[in-house]
Amino acid sequence: MRHLLSTKDLARDEAIALLDIAEDMADVANREVKKLPALRGKTVVNLFFEDSTRTRVSFEVAAKRLSADVINFSAKGSSVSKGESLKDTAQTLAAMGADAVVIRHPASGAPRVLADSGWIDAGIVNAGDGTHEHPTQALLDAFTIRRRLHGSAARGRALDGVTVTIVGDILHSRVARSNVWLLSTLGAEVSLVAPATLLPVSTNGWPVSASYDLDAAVDAGPAVVMMLRIQTERMNAAFFPNAREYSKQWGLGDERLARLPAATMVMHPGPMNRGLEISSEAADSSRSTVLEQVANGVSIRMAVLYHLMSGTDS
Amino acid sequence: MTARSVLQQADITRALTRISHEILESNRGSSDLILLGIPTRGVVLAERLGRILHAIEPGAVTVGALDVTMYRDDLGRNPTRAPSPTSIPAGGIDGKTVILVDDVLYSGRTIRAALDALSDLGRPRAVRLAVLVDRGHRELPIRADFVGKNLPSSAEERINVRLDEIDGTESVTIE
Repeated sequence: MRHLLSTKDLARDEAIALLDIAEDMADVANREVKKLPALRGKTVVNLFFEDSTRTRVSFEVAAKRLSADVINFSAKGSSVSKGESLKDTAQTLAAMGADAVVIRHPASGAPRVLADSGWIDAGIVNAGDGTHEHPTQALLDAFTIRRRLHGSAARGRALDGVTVTIVGDILHSRVARSNVWLLSTLGAEVSLVAPATLLPVSTNGWPVSASYDLDAAVDAGPAVVMMLRIQTERMNAAFFPNAREYSKQWGLGDERLARLPAATMVMHPGPMNRGLEISSEAADSSRSTVLEQVANGVSIRMAVLYHLMSGTDS
Repeated sequence: MTARSVLQQADITRALTRISHEILESNRGSSDLILLGIPTRGVVLAERLGRILHAIEPGAVTVGALDVTMYRDDLGRNPTRAPSPTSIPAGGIDGKTVILVDDVLYSGRTIRAALDALSDLGRPRAVRLAVLVDRGHRELPIRADFVGKNLPSSAEERINVRLDEIDGTESVTIE
């Protein structure tokens, strides 16, 4: 594997191998010296054309724990704001000797362009592109689910038969797309719940079922409920009447939380709009995996960087 | 080339029993001993040594595993290696005598990686090395303290260690 652009191209055994490597990476966080020498002398560039805190910091911590050098590059305050093209930026980074580029871009497909264009000879990691994919988020979600279900016996396992309900702004969500592909590859049964305006025009060809009724989905007692953020920054029209109505119909409030089985995990990729798609009680309850997801993100990103950057190019 | 058997099951057991006695002798008992196996077969050997040590002198010998994948100097020369779990006994390795256990000692590079990995985990009082087979051809100034069998070999030959827990059969062969 040379690049990680989407979870759709990930084979089942590749995905399980990545999750297993992440298990070993997770142990490093509990050690006195939280560092491995595996990527010593390599350079990772964080190329962020969109705002982000947790993903960028997570990749930075992951690269540093593997002893790689990290260069953070954000579009604000760089020559991009003077009108530099992606091509020139990429070639500049190539000239400086980047071994891997972690890219977040508002345009779907930007990481693919970097990987295929030949402008730069480095491993490309998609850290979120437009409304397309966010593969490391899906991997860390799968990792979190697997760890909660199997604990220390998680190695080598997939997610066969696990029911996952993804709720909210599916239309604009790259997290949802990456999760749909990855979780299905791992054998989970994925269903989507959203207002009709926030579902894609067609989910034909997606390995999922879709519905509009959160109450029915809650009563079905899924193993995992994944709440998505309402992405107001990508909304160019009125997709629902107002926040209160959305919250009432499709938010995970205290009453729906109480109706979920005790073992159901509540996930959210963050950042959360408390009181809109998720209530504070749901976000802070013991069923919530929000903070585990952040911690596991570092392990998964270490596994991805190690997998892409160590070894010969074959 | 045909495989030639060098050690049979009984020989392996005898060698491990002798190594156990040597460990106890040099350590003057089993206090503060930690056996760390290097995956894959070193872990199995460490567990067996731990059981034999316990039978000879019941005490607090603890057994763990030390993965050295991330510390290897050949990561960039081979396809990506998947790491194995590391498990360090509770209480850590500070001030303890650590015995590294591996199946075959060859270039010494794995042990070099293991020493680096250990120094990231703590500061043992002493580190010793026990191997089932020492086949020579060292590339680094490293030697074993406890050796099951010295097996002078040519660099073209392959030494195969098979252990019941992993391979379902028990032998050391050279081919």
